Amino acid sequence: MKEIVVLSGKGGTGKTSIVGSLAALADNKVLADCDVDAADLHLILQPADRQEHEFWSGQTARIDESLCTQCGLCQEYCRFNAIDHFTVNRVSCEGCGFCARICPADAITMEDNLAGHWFISDTKYGPLVRARLGIAQENSGKLVALVRQQARKLAEEHGLSYIISDGPPGIGCPVISSLSGANLALLVTEPTLSGIHDLERVLGVCRHFKVPALVCINKYDVNEDNSNQIESFCLKQGVEVAARISYDEAVTEAMIHGVPVVEYCRNGVSHQIEALWQTILKSLPK
Amino acid sequence: MLVSVASGKGGTGKTLVATSLAFSLQDIEKVQLLDCDVEEPNAQLLLNTVITNKEAVNVLVPKVDASKCTYCGECAKICVYKAIAVLAKHVMVFDQLCHGCGACSYLCPEHAIYEEGREIGIIESGYAGKIEFVQGKLAVGEAMATPVIRKVKERIDHHKTVIVDVSPGTSCPVVESIKDTDFCLLVTEPTPFGLNDLILAIDTTIELGIPCGVIINRSGMGQGIIEDYCNQKRIPILLTIPLDIEIARFYSRGVTLAQGIPQWKYEFYRVFTKIEELVGERDSCAQR
Repeated sequence: MKEIVVLSGKGGTGKTSIVGSLAALADNKVLADCDVDAADLHLILQPADRQEHEFWSGQTARIDESLCTQCGLCQEYCRFNAIDHFTVNRVSCEGCGFCARICPADAITMEDNLAGHWFISDTKYGPLVRARLGIAQENSGKLVALVRQQARKLAEEHGLSYIISDGPPGIGCPVISSLSGANLALLVTEPTLSGIHDLERVLGVCRHFKVPALVCINKYDVNEDNSNQIESFCLKQGVEVAARISYDEAVTEAMIHGVPVVEYCRNGVSHQIEALWQTILKSLPK
Repeated sequence: MLVSVASGKGGTGKTLVATSLAFSLQDIEKVQLLDCDVEEPNAQLLLNTVITNKEAVNVLVPKVDASKCTYCGECAKICVYKAIAVLAKHVMVFDQLCHGCGACSYLCPEHAIYEEGREIGIIESGYAGKIEFVQGKLAVGEAMATPVIRKVKERIDHHKTVIVDVSPGTSCPVVESIKDTDFCLLVTEPTPFGLNDLILAIDTTIELGIPCGVIINRSGMGQGIIEDYCNQKRIPILLTIPLDIEIARFYSRGVTLAQGIPQWKYEFYRVFTKIEELVGERDSCAQR
């Protein structure tokens, strides 16, 4: 079983649109939406949820007013400035439990957080594991790890060959959680200064975690000079540019219709994404 | 006044809006622009920034004094992040998992734990024209963005109009960036992805009690889906930016909208005036 994760650094470069098309092109796969903050893959794949599970993770402190002597020790020691006027700010609390351990009046208890939900769904392209982090909740990295673990389990149970994951933007905790131990990262970039800058950083993360990477330049014709600059950067880094995909309004139209672009029209973009999938297959470590 | 610029979905134009707003206000107000998208800070690419100062961001991590440690295992029990493992004659600390709460060092019965700074990123500051500029950069390979964001926000100058560029999403880095701001501008695009993630972002601002307004970028597709939603929820739409290849080309070369096409300066100034009105109305309601 091979796991391919699609990342970008910069948001909005086209990760989800490309994953949606790969879902239609690849056989024998599980799909995973690892962007648990702002998941969008379901808008293309139109899943029917088979299972819904709660995700409990982390804790929040609660001060029992009737026991609190207002000594102020908790406020003094909280490194997250989460206690003010003997009340816990639920958003700032990182659940370390330091306050509960040092409270001389035993007035602080730690309560479990319902931090989100995760789903196993059926799509016409195969099973999808996805999740929704609760509003303003922490632990997105743990929820991503759970999504991947469930995707792997499904792949094993059904003897499927690939896991294709739609990753989150950025380079921090949920990205690291999506990437570590994957077989291949596809980095989707765009020919803008921001796209180039962010590609360099996310490629650094791939190197750090020793995951081989391929680059896809999306909307390459918006600025061909920048696209050439990305190509020469990749050449120097020894990273293959697996595809140059044209700017095409059909991609947005397909999204509005809720279908993968390769099923929406048979034009240049669709052929470019088909070729991209063939390159990915060839590049997967044996 | 503190205005944060967020979006839910990535790539909708947050940084374009944040930099254009700062650029448009710099002749009228004292402006400070903070780039809190510390995973991928891009505001500096859209303004001619000059960085004059750099400072490391350190988080405190525990170190064990082997001469005092009795390997009792109390620290490992205390640490909810599982950043400490105690073996028979060895204590392992996983720095990447540590949140720096300080519980282990304070509560160690042998006083065998002390804390040391570990660098996870840097803060850079300087100027872009008349704009005071501060950005955080998380080091590549590091997981925790929030301590870097906190450091950037320590630089807030309350005598200035402060614009905060935020990372995409709705989880901890976004919450850390937008909390304590007076208004949150949400930039979206009129697509199903844009709407889906806008709804999540609006819910986040409601959870934090921050008033918000919407900017629709790349307008021209999607037949009014954002307008319909905002009208229904009574959320003001403060600006609409058309889908325009010229704007995209300026952006691709690192030129922000209000600089590339100067008439947009007035539009962004108007957005700011509307925000002032909305925040003023809210404050006067709160006083009554």
